[in-house]
Amino acid sequence: MEFEKQIISTEELSIGFPARRTMGTPTVVASDIDVVLNSGEIVCLLGPNGSGKSTLIRTLTGLHRPLGGLIELEDQKLQAFSAKQIAKKVSTVLTDRLTIGNLSVYELVSFGRSPYTGWFGSLSKQDEEIVDWAIQSTGIEQFVNRDVLRLSDGERQKVMIARALAQNTSAIMLDEPTAHLDLPNRVEIIRLLRELAHDTQKGILLSTHELDLALKAADTLWLIDMNGNVITGTPEDLVLDGTFESVFERDSFEFDRSTGSFKLLHPQKAPIYLHGDAVGQFWTRRALERSGYQVKESNGTDIQVEVKRTGNDFEWRLHCCEDHFECNSIEVMLEQLKKYC
Amino acid sequence: MTDQPQQHGPGIRPLYLFLLVTGVCVLFVLNLALGSVDIPIEAILQILVGGEAGQESWHKIVVNIRLPRAVTAIIAGSALAVGGLQMQTLFRNPLAGPSVLGITAGASLGVAVVMLAAGTITSIFAIQQLSAMGSWLIVLAASLGSAAVLLLILLISIKVRDNVTLLIIGLMIGNVTIALVSIWQYFSRPEQIQDYLIWTFGSLGGVPLDQLWILAAVAVVGGGIALVLSKPLNGLLLGENYARSMGLSVASTRIWIIVSTSLLAGGITAFCGPIGFVGIAVPHLTRSLLGTNDHRVLIPSTLLMGAILLLACDIIAQVPGSTTTLPISAVTSLVGSPVVIWVIIQRKNLQASF
Repeated sequence: MEFEKQIISTEELSIGFPARRTMGTPTVVASDIDVVLNSGEIVCLLGPNGSGKSTLIRTLTGLHRPLGGLIELEDQKLQAFSAKQIAKKVSTVLTDRLTIGNLSVYELVSFGRSPYTGWFGSLSKQDEEIVDWAIQSTGIEQFVNRDVLRLSDGERQKVMIARALAQNTSAIMLDEPTAHLDLPNRVEIIRLLRELAHDTQKGILLSTHELDLALKAADTLWLIDMNGNVITGTPEDLVLDGTFESVFERDSFEFDRSTGSFKLLHPQKAPIYLHGDAVGQFWTRRALERSGYQVKESNGTDIQVEVKRTGNDFEWRLHCCEDHFECNSIEVMLEQLKKYC
Repeated sequence: MTDQPQQHGPGIRPLYLFLLVTGVCVLFVLNLALGSVDIPIEAILQILVGGEAGQESWHKIVVNIRLPRAVTAIIAGSALAVGGLQMQTLFRNPLAGPSVLGITAGASLGVAVVMLAAGTITSIFAIQQLSAMGSWLIVLAASLGSAAVLLLILLISIKVRDNVTLLIIGLMIGNVTIALVSIWQYFSRPEQIQDYLIWTFGSLGGVPLDQLWILAAVAVVGGGIALVLSKPLNGLLLGENYARSMGLSVASTRIWIIVSTSLLAGGITAFCGPIGFVGIAVPHLTRSLLGTNDHRVLIPSTLLMGAILLLACDIIAQVPGSTTTLPISAVTSLVGSPVVIWVIIQRKNLQASF
């Protein structure tokens, strides 16, 4: 176990927007936030839309004024630092779109050295080495000379991460870095961030809507619920004690603790006992649940489905009341079920 | 893309810089040589290095008329171009420029107010003939006028995040300013209106040799501020939030950009009248030529490119070989408008045309 250092911690922090007029009341988005970001760990910030994820990230990076409470950056008050000093300790990847062209990837990444360079922004030998290192670590060497406008969304996100790396900070905060990305790119970005957290011992905080990805990737979760409470913990603990479920509670779907995913509909049809090969069982379960059946793992139901596997072929044996059916696909099985139940 | 030279390294592109400097020198000499009286280039070079030219009259024409005018063209071209560049980066809008956002109109209003307050039938040229003090008054009035408009634009830009909306508001403010000037014109005597009209045509020849240093000082200060701002301007390319997250002070950068641009646009407008389109067109030309948005390269190149464009426009305006001259602001618009059209057509996405 490596020694973990606190990079950012908060005490009774409340975030939101100040009153527009002197007599008005400020809009509090979340309050009583006590969170800690340690070095070498990945924290995922989850919450429904509008729960204040971006505001929290912007507050922790000093872009937004806190309404109250304390933020400590490496054991000193955040407010005591100048913008330049904060920029040497915390870097960010924001959701702001890049709208300019005529700028090479290398130039963009080297802007990350801004807090360190002189008034004219010239790179020293050491600066250049760090920029090269940032480019290598994110694997964007192939297109360092390309115009930033001609990057795909996934490539652009990596370039922005490289720019944050070049800032050489102990913490990196990313606001929805996987938004607009397809699955392979999402996984790649998360994998990259995990590697960086491990290799460089940086503390990485990212907000995301990808619940399953967050559950898999995060060392710690910060959950913001709609009432502005922030709950922290190890993902698995939060799932088991039901916190995760309650934060994302909605009428239309519910979180299934046994699979770690969301169910779209409540079961309305008859219970079915499902047993057999594990892989086949997993997918059969999804099909049955989507069709509205309640899947049980203990016997004693009228309907039973057994999944058999021979090599790469699957077979389904359906016991319905006193009848038996052999089905060679889930589709056929569902058809049979419809007839009887 | 792979056969491109490995030129990703930030810094000055020596070849382009050399070409631009050469361009300025060649056009400078051409500008001196061409005009209503043809003077051979050898004679021009002789006069420039302080030697004796073939004829006494050539010496007089070059030193008293053509030299101040060519130097004014260099200063005005560079200043307006860098002013426009800063506006485009600050507003992250490819169509921004000192004249589009009404800053030049503000300078015109300042000049108009001074002429009104003077209460005499003095033209801008008459005021300039008075003394250096008179020039300072015009420069001050024009700078204050343009600063007032720019401050207004900036206040609105804090509220209005959308670039296109802001641009339209800027155009409207420019219209209001022009309307104020036209109301003043309506109540003025015809001779005054004529003087003002001549001023609005723009002129590079109105600055006498002994007052050039005022113009030069204004341009050097304004351009110097812009150069010092290279790094924060680069940060602003990524947007205000990114700039702030990289430790750059956005608030003070904005203020310095205002100061620099209003000095540049106001100063040049005061001395030369409103010269349109240089501010918009030159930054685009320079960006496409150099293929970079790095202000440490872009600002020096834009300075040179602006000088080249205005020297060339001035040669055209002189209509070499004839005694007629065209108004310089008309010539720059004739050259500048096609450039802006070209930029819009080239890049399908307006926001991305930086």
